[in-house]
Amino acid sequence: MALTLTSRRKRHKLAADAGLLVVAAAFCLPLAWVVLSAVDPDANLQVKAPDGLTFDNFDAILTQDITFTPLLNSLILCGGATLLTVVCAALAAYPLSRFRSRLNRPFLLTILFATSLPITAIMVPVYALFVQVDLIDTMQGTIFFFAASQLPFAIWLMKNFMDGVPKELEEAAWTDGASSFQSLIRIVLPLMGPGVSVVTVFSFVMMWGNFFVPFMLLLTPDQMPAAVSINEFFGNRGTVVYGQLAAFSIVYSTPVILLYVLVARRLGGGFALGGAVKG
Amino acid sequence: MTAAAPHAGPETAKSPPGPPGSPPAPPGNQLRRTLTRALPVSPALVLLVLFLAGPIAYCAYIAFTDLQLTGQAESSFVGFENFRKAFQDEAFLNAVWLTLVFTVLSSLVGQNTLGLALAALMQRASKPVRTLVGGIVITAWVLPEVVAGFLLYAFFRREGTLNAILDWLHLPSQNWLFTLPILAVSFANVWRGTAFSMLVYSAALNEIPKEITEAAEVDGASGWRRMWHITLPMIRRSIGTNLMLNTLQTLSVFGLIWVMTRGGPGGKSQTLPLFMYEQAFQNSLIGYGTAVALLLLLVGSAFSLVYMRLLRTEV
Repeated sequence: MALTLTSRRKRHKLAADAGLLVVAAAFCLPLAWVVLSAVDPDANLQVKAPDGLTFDNFDAILTQDITFTPLLNSLILCGGATLLTVVCAALAAYPLSRFRSRLNRPFLLTILFATSLPITAIMVPVYALFVQVDLIDTMQGTIFFFAASQLPFAIWLMKNFMDGVPKELEEAAWTDGASSFQSLIRIVLPLMGPGVSVVTVFSFVMMWGNFFVPFMLLLTPDQMPAAVSINEFFGNRGTVVYGQLAAFSIVYSTPVILLYVLVARRLGGGFALGGAVKG
Repeated sequence: MTAAAPHAGPETAKSPPGPPGSPPAPPGNQLRRTLTRALPVSPALVLLVLFLAGPIAYCAYIAFTDLQLTGQAESSFVGFENFRKAFQDEAFLNAVWLTLVFTVLSSLVGQNTLGLALAALMQRASKPVRTLVGGIVITAWVLPEVVAGFLLYAFFRREGTLNAILDWLHLPSQNWLFTLPILAVSFANVWRGTAFSMLVYSAALNEIPKEITEAAEVDGASGWRRMWHITLPMIRRSIGTNLMLNTLQTLSVFGLIWVMTRGGPGGKSQTLPLFMYEQAFQNSLIGYGTAVALLLLLVGSAFSLVYMRLLRTEV
């Protein structure tokens, strides 16, 4: 009995491995295209072995106009908005986690509700509103909107991480005369370091990949982040140089993949789960 | 277990009204204390009100006006005209239909089922295979939206990889982005979004006690029967939350479709977000586009409320 069960398990394991590898191969095809084309001097739209190994595609795109300005813009936009999000979320989460008030529940429910609203839907009115108040085509306007759209989820996540820090440690500090603000900065935030880094990395990754928000709110080419400027490869340059497009895609995607790996390692699968409300 | 909200919540989460235990403070003091304690919330509150609640309220207002981008100094209130127009507009009804197809194909069927299948297989697979497959699927998910769009554009183009494979197998090839664009973008969304379901279901399956499935296995229940009678009922809450979140995410997909097809050809992959964009900007009808946006927002809110009920979280 036990023997058949073990051999059946072994067979199942092989079958599962085979099934997974088939799916993985299918998932791999588009990824293989971008990697192979980036080093192919003669790339087209198919996955194929490169006609030789070259870094010309990278050389061609690593210029001020094509790569560095858009990436710097992305960094300013996403960095600024992430900073704003994390600071506001940490401050807001503190009283929600630490003090009891009859306002907590309605506020948190509203926040939870807002985390899953389709933000895409409000981009047209946001555009109209930004035209009225003169925030259209400004970095700061885009940063504010980015931060606001990310805040509900960031507050929610931050509050849950903060609930995990025992209150006794702060109470000791309070007895010693520390203010709430001091205990937040000195005790709570350091203790929830992993939590803060999850919120930070997650916000940053979400915004780095977001196309629609900067596409709507920014108009001047000099201000475009990489998410939007990548379109240029199709627009004005005539025929598309696929090798360069692939090289640019890799340069643009690498930071978020690295950040994800960094945080995922540190926290196991939990980050991924906490993180995905607005894919 | 739940996807969006890792509730770490210990008892601080449940808040009976008023400060318990302490003697009742004089009303003035209590108000001041409440205000001081609420002060740190204010920066977030200001941002949320100005940049999120504000636009939503503005959305609800201009949906009832005839605001246009050009050639009009003043907009005026037109009541439900935009909505009446929408429901008589074939392009709008087409967009509603395509949104439905896109959501059902890519989120309900594709991401959900494939995600569950991957998670279930991973329970049995060997560790290196598990790590490899997880890594590849998650990479597709972490990639920026536009990059994912390009990769699948290259995959589905007439001269792309899919047709090359079909040719090699001597199967008929076709111009996928032209003949079946909604199918192509749905596949793209499955490619990009399955990782999320996979992670949700992996976590849920890990929580099922081993003894239960092992007992069923010893009793001779087949894999399918165990899945249907034991596993699925035990993870039904995860299924519910996952379906809600997938749907909400799919409703707001814009960049992926924009990059692959621009909603074309002839509106054959124009889901509601793309329809909204076209009306508001290519046709300069901001009022009309916003009315569509408001409908999308309402559908999203309904899903969001159901999701909150499912989560039944103890805030």
